[in-house]
Amino acid sequence: MSLEPSRRAFLKASAAGGGMLLMFGIGEAAAQAPPALNAYVQIAPDGLVTIMAKNPEIGQGVKTALPMLIAEELDVDWKDVRTEQAISDPAAFGRQFAGGSTATPMNYEPLRRVGAAARQMLIAAAANQWGVPAAECSTMSGVIEHKASGRRLRYGQIAAKAAALPAPDPDSLTLKDASAFRIIGKPQMGVDAPKIVTGQPLFGIDVTRPGMLYAVFEKCPVFGGTVSGANLDDVRSQPAVKGAFIVKGVDGAPSLSEGVAIVADSWWRANQARRRLKVDWDEGPTVGDSSDSFAVQARTLFGQPPQLSIRTEGDVDAAFASAARVIEADYAYPFVAHASLEPQNCTAEVRGGKVEIWAPTQNPETGRPQVAKALGVDPSDITIHLVRCGGGFGRRLQVDYMVEAALIAKLAGAPVKLVWNRTDDLTHDFYRPGGFHRFKAGLAADGKLVAFSDHFVSFGHGERYVGSGNMDATEFPASFVDNLSYGASLIPTGVPTGPLRAPRSNALAFAFQSFLDEAAHAAGQDPLAFQLALLTREGARPPGPKGGFSAERMKGVLQHVAEMTAWGKGPPLPAGRGRGLACYFSHLGYFAEVVEASVASDGQVGVHKIWIAADVGRQIINPSGAETQAQGAAIDGVSVALGQAITIVKGRVAQTNFGDYPLLSIDRAPDVDVSFLITDHAPTGLGEPALPLAAPALCNAIFAACGKRVRSLPIDPSLLKST
Amino acid sequence: MAFSIKVNGRARSVDVEPDMPLLWVLRDELDLKGPKFGCGAGFCGACTVHMDGEPIRSCVTPVSAVGTAAITTVEGIGDDPVGRRVQQAWLALDVAQCGYCQGGQILAATALLKATPKPTDADIDAAMRGNLCRCATYVRIRAAIKAAADLPTTDTRVA
Repeated sequence: MSLEPSRRAFLKASAAGGGMLLMFGIGEAAAQAPPALNAYVQIAPDGLVTIMAKNPEIGQGVKTALPMLIAEELDVDWKDVRTEQAISDPAAFGRQFAGGSTATPMNYEPLRRVGAAARQMLIAAAANQWGVPAAECSTMSGVIEHKASGRRLRYGQIAAKAAALPAPDPDSLTLKDASAFRIIGKPQMGVDAPKIVTGQPLFGIDVTRPGMLYAVFEKCPVFGGTVSGANLDDVRSQPAVKGAFIVKGVDGAPSLSEGVAIVADSWWRANQARRRLKVDWDEGPTVGDSSDSFAVQARTLFGQPPQLSIRTEGDVDAAFASAARVIEADYAYPFVAHASLEPQNCTAEVRGGKVEIWAPTQNPETGRPQVAKALGVDPSDITIHLVRCGGGFGRRLQVDYMVEAALIAKLAGAPVKLVWNRTDDLTHDFYRPGGFHRFKAGLAADGKLVAFSDHFVSFGHGERYVGSGNMDATEFPASFVDNLSYGASLIPTGVPTGPLRAPRSNALAFAFQSFLDEAAHAAGQDPLAFQLALLTREGARPPGPKGGFSAERMKGVLQHVAEMTAWGKGPPLPAGRGRGLACYFSHLGYFAEVVEASVASDGQVGVHKIWIAADVGRQIINPSGAETQAQGAAIDGVSVALGQAITIVKGRVAQTNFGDYPLLSIDRAPDVDVSFLITDHAPTGLGEPALPLAAPALCNAIFAACGKRVRSLPIDPSLLKST
Repeated sequence: MAFSIKVNGRARSVDVEPDMPLLWVLRDELDLKGPKFGCGAGFCGACTVHMDGEPIRSCVTPVSAVGTAAITTVEGIGDDPVGRRVQQAWLALDVAQCGYCQGGQILAATALLKATPKPTDADIDAAMRGNLCRCATYVRIRAAIKAAADLPTTDTRVA
């Protein structure tokens, strides 16, 4: 699937500061009206190029990678480029969000055309001045040259004249051949790195405003609970406290949960004042939710036919009946939290009907209408500044903190910085939903997978899945097995859920790729050979509306990771050590991973090495960012598998901090080798797709190491002890 | 209560409760935003600063415990030749993703290299395991510490 052709840049040049300002907007190519042209590339008289970075930066490197695209075609040196973070203005920039690993596929070509347009205008201006044909001029490192006459001009010297020329039609421009790239495809340091290593204020939590107060916000421990009353006078009597308010729910602002805000002259004092706070909560109808009861309900539902059908192919019952061998297994995984290291926070200022917000958010525009409703202002009266996020992972696609900060600032009558503490953050997330799978696989005498079924027990109400709790009909191995049935049953819950890095895939890959490994072993086949054979099924059809899945590309990364690891060829590993394999397609990327792990006699798991083979198309934009994204995503998957679970007890979350919700530390983190397979397909994103397969590759390695199958996450060492 | 503490080589006066953690004194009273709030309980290391050269968790260190000790934050670590090398290695290896934990990582790494100029992997594990990175940049953190150990000392500060 290519996302390139449907989007294009719209351009307009003007003079500014003695140089050139090329304004542009990215919009749908078929749009009736062009977008507002507020994004820009500015070329100053001294040659310094400033490029606006439009998307939120959450650590995925987009503030570096997108300007690289413009700079490459502009043909300047990267050292002469500065980037500037745009405000949230979708009329100008199109959708500005960080999610779905979409920035690369959506922007790769349109932003290059912006750079190429600016370059063409600079050349045209120089050619006019020299009275030579533009075609005789070339550029290099921000200099235009007319070789025949030996004349040269720096971009800054001609930028003001270029600004007076009409902008070309971006689609008419010829882009560089990849072999001529000097910025794209070369490792570039993150643009904010010098500020990061010197501790300069960059993040949402670092925002300060004149006269600013600090807020904490206590919400009902039980999801959806409401406030009946609170000892506000007692809280207000504490000297540092500047205000204490009950914040009620607002129609039209569904992200807002009720609670009690305390505002003080320092954050620590506001948080201390919570010790005195006593709130009468109406805990609501979901106080009976618990992880234990979810597991009991799942077992009950497994005993019944699925409530919902997802996909049926062939005659699965007949195929199981005639299969040479049938295996069955149940898999389970828990709710997990995002746990970005920077807790949720937001700063807001309400003055004269105007609202200004500084939000570390992945998704600013979902917040705007809700803030407008909550404050009774027009959406156009809200300015949203995008601030660097100390991690996103999907948590900051939600906008609860924006609505809270704006309402509290209004109630306090002062600029307010709201900061959640770690317990707030872990207990009021939009969690990756847990889930349960009952799998069945039928194997022919020759080991071929001839029947496959999954009864997926997820969460939802009626026929409606909770956010990120559904499964597509395209889930592999659908369309690669003749007889297949996917069905689902739903458990109602009050636990809020939402996307977590590689949503759905981050859970489904564990279950499916682990069970396929079981099937390979049951078939007496090497897991690599089994997966390759599965992908070679004749007549396999594209798996549905998401489309575009290429078995050839998946086979390519499997074969590539096999080469990286000398799969099946090296000397045997020591006892207690093993390698596991998994592959997965998500976010348009094809990935195969091998994990080497060991299991000690006490069941403790060591993760030693991960090899990643990836196919994200023909061009890696920033090899430095690409490698670290893949490494981090894979280790993230290992981190979740080894220790993370959100447990629901009496309708609330049991975990309170990193003591009971552990993030992997460096002493347990594996080394990771990443290799990109370059194929002639459109470039796609890298924030997510290396994550989903790390957990099953690890669990398959554990099986190879000790013969015990992990069917439930997080991995429980007590089940892996030697007997 | 009035305290005078030495931060990045300067004497600074604050009037705060004795039990206010050093982290919040640095961030909200002295406007040094380098030390970060991650957990408030000493689990994550985002708040790491040096107290007389030793890495400490400023989120669980009351200001009253600082006394005459010299506090160094990531804003001041470039004054130290080893700190400068660590910062430069962090840039050379492009360690940061989101960057939120990296100030704490840099202070922990600087303390390690001052005590152990050529650390082994085991030394790095022991010194750095209390500094969590949610983006899991650990492969590069390890490589950057080794690179910093081999870098020549420079007078050039990271701007």
